Amino acid sequence: MRIDVNAFLGAYPYRRVAGTSPERLLQALERTAIDEAWVSHLPSLFWRQPMDGNAWLYDTVARERRLRAVPAVHPGLAGWEGTLGEAADRGVPAVRCDPPHYGLDPAGPEVRILAAACGAAHLPLMMAVRLEDGRQRHPNDRAGELSAAAVRALIRSDPGVRLLITHADRAFIEEVHFGSTPEEAARIWWDISWIWGPPEDHLGTLVETLGVERFVFGTGQPLRIPENAVAKLDLVDLGAERRAAIESENARAGLQR
Amino acid sequence: MTQILVMLIDVHAHFYHDRTPRADWRERNASRLSAGDRIGVTHHVASILGSWGLTSPTYFPSPRDLEYGNDALLALERQHPDRIRGYVTVNPNYAAHARAEIARCLDAGMVGIKLAASRRATDPLLDPICELARERGVPVLQHVWQHRRRDWPGQEASDGIELAALAARHPDVRFILAHIGGGGDWQHSLAALRTASNVYVDLSGSGVDGGMLEACLESVGVERLVWGTDLTMETGWAKLRYLTYLLSPAQLELVKWKNAARIFPRGAFPAD
Repeated sequence: MRIDVNAFLGAYPYRRVAGTSPERLLQALERTAIDEAWVSHLPSLFWRQPMDGNAWLYDTVARERRLRAVPAVHPGLAGWEGTLGEAADRGVPAVRCDPPHYGLDPAGPEVRILAAACGAAHLPLMMAVRLEDGRQRHPNDRAGELSAAAVRALIRSDPGVRLLITHADRAFIEEVHFGSTPEEAARIWWDISWIWGPPEDHLGTLVETLGVERFVFGTGQPLRIPENAVAKLDLVDLGAERRAAIESENARAGLQR
Repeated sequence: MTQILVMLIDVHAHFYHDRTPRADWRERNASRLSAGDRIGVTHHVASILGSWGLTSPTYFPSPRDLEYGNDALLALERQHPDRIRGYVTVNPNYAAHARAEIARCLDAGMVGIKLAASRRATDPLLDPICELARERGVPVLQHVWQHRRRDWPGQEASDGIELAALAARHPDVRFILAHIGGGGDWQHSLAALRTASNVYVDLSGSGVDGGMLEACLESVGVERLVWGTDLTMETGWAKLRYLTYLLSPAQLELVKWKNAARIFPRGAFPAD
């Protein structure tokens, strides 16, 4: 069983990306033996009203059992409580909020209130550190990256909040993890999409230093080719049990309480 | 009975030595070789950039550090003659030293020249180095910042347009544009290289952008792509896996090793 917690559907505004349709995503899942993908609606991440993409997302995943919706919630816009309530009613695996793209302070009052509400609703809150390498972004793509300080602040802001952070590298992860109490750190999960493999061996190191339970399988596809996350696991000696924890069990048992 | 060659040449590898800032240099070297075995890499064509910053900057290495790094790489070659090949790394600001070091290291068995980011690719100081590359029949691997909109600290980086200009001045030299996935706007490089027929695109780098490999094929064609890893071997393996869906088996062999075997000196690899 392999669950990709970090997948997107829909066009990216800053460059041509292959495979953004549901059909192409399903082909990619088939190609890389991914059984289930948690998908976000990529275009609406850049909309003034990101929650407008959720209806299309729900409609799309309803037609394909391998896809699960991760709807967007913008806590600075009216109606977000209803959006969150609908997400909980629909049994989504997580909701997402991208404060740098929404123009919100990632650790500001709106996002803290959302984080607490997600905790109360028993829903993990997903945030991306980045979508693309900062060195290649379009000149007009000026949203900042999520900071480690903001993640630390959010996890401290409410004892019920659980965070799923995607596209983070080793330095970011270590800063947050060891800059948090063990209880706080145990409420954060990291996808492996941006963590380096050999010869630097960042993933292998992190699994040893943080514990395998903190990591989930994520690709960032189709902005990134999903083969990367699989190859990364194929190059680290985890053993079957720990590999299964990353590939599916942490997402199923840890995140989806 | 015909022997079927199974080759995979990594044209962009690095190793470390005892005079680098890294206490874990042995582990990193061992990890590269071990991961290479798992991926199926038959040859690591590598460079060592001086002291990697310990006693001179990584991209502006001193002559003394260059010699030490090149010697360390030669020692690794001797230790692993079946799977490590070397680029001699030089700093064009020390022109006489660069030419002498190239001659010394090629005579000792290295197979290419590595230019990091010590001097812009358009600078005339690179011309004598390229002339030597032509005489000796070795390729030049040029570190590239895929779209250099400004100067970055710590390096005098070049981009694809600047490398294309150098390649136009030296049409009989084969150049490798380093790490198309190594950060920066790779579309900028690919646009610059469409007609630069003596520049090959090395697929290494941590970037695994969806659409990048399709764009490489569209811009320069399968015969000008060479496979590599740089600092992240999983990304190299991922690109290789993805290419199996884009290319025929014969085309895949070009990217895996045949294109590389064509641009390095004859005899550099067992298939020659």
